[in-house]
Amino acid sequence: MNEAATETRSVVIEREFAYPPERLWRALTQPHLIEEWLMKNDFKPTVGHRFNLRGEWGGVLDCEVLAIEPQRSLAYTWNFTHEDEAYDLKSVVTFTLTPQGAGTHLRVEQAGFRPSQKQAYGGAHAGWKQFFTKLDELLARAE
Amino acid sequence: MSTAPDVLFRTLADPTRRAIFERLCREGEQTVGALTVQSGVSQPAVSKHLGALKQAGLVRDRHEGRQTHYSAQPGALNPLIDWTSQMAGFWQNRLDALDDLLKRMDQ
Repeated sequence: MNEAATETRSVVIEREFAYPPERLWRALTQPHLIEEWLMKNDFKPTVGHRFNLRGEWGGVLDCEVLAIEPQRSLAYTWNFTHEDEAYDLKSVVTFTLTPQGAGTHLRVEQAGFRPSQKQAYGGAHAGWKQFFTKLDELLARAE
Repeated sequence: MSTAPDVLFRTLADPTRRAIFERLCREGEQTVGALTVQSGVSQPAVSKHLGALKQAGLVRDRHEGRQTHYSAQPGALNPLIDWTSQMAGFWQNRLDALDDLLKRMDQ
């Protein structure tokens, strides 16, 4: 189970939007617009800027701008620190914009790991009611 | 969502079946007879539940003489706790909201 603890996973979501990269870029980088589709934040489009994304569930994500190329790509860390490592997540989110006709192709990749597998097994052994309460919280957190 | 979580949720939706699985998680390997004693249902019913749990990969059976021993396979729950599938759902949802916002920015 040690491999699981350091295993890196990633999720890729791709979507076509009927709007030019310029408009998407604004929605991805202006705090009041980010808040409208993602979360409350104190984002600034500057490499090295540290900011938080605050979810409606009360959770706070620690982020840092890693790379920025106007209207083309944006990457920031997406870390959730929790004393229970089952909830811990260290990841990097990268948005890549490609013009497509009059619209834009957006690729969102989130790469990282959560060293949770051991905890999850332990939880299930301890009684899976308790485990499923955690799962519920986890799923709620995804909202 | 893939079918695996659907099967797991459907299998665990039955309270009696869930109680059997929970007990195996908590107490380790058991025979059908031992599980029947505390389940409040008949042995054939317990066997049927164990069959469903086995099909979902939630339990494993081991034959020893005339007895069959069942043990929980909590690893089968992994699809439900895989953060990548949670985040995929999260992003699909957020990108819907983004699309809405882009529409509203149209002035």
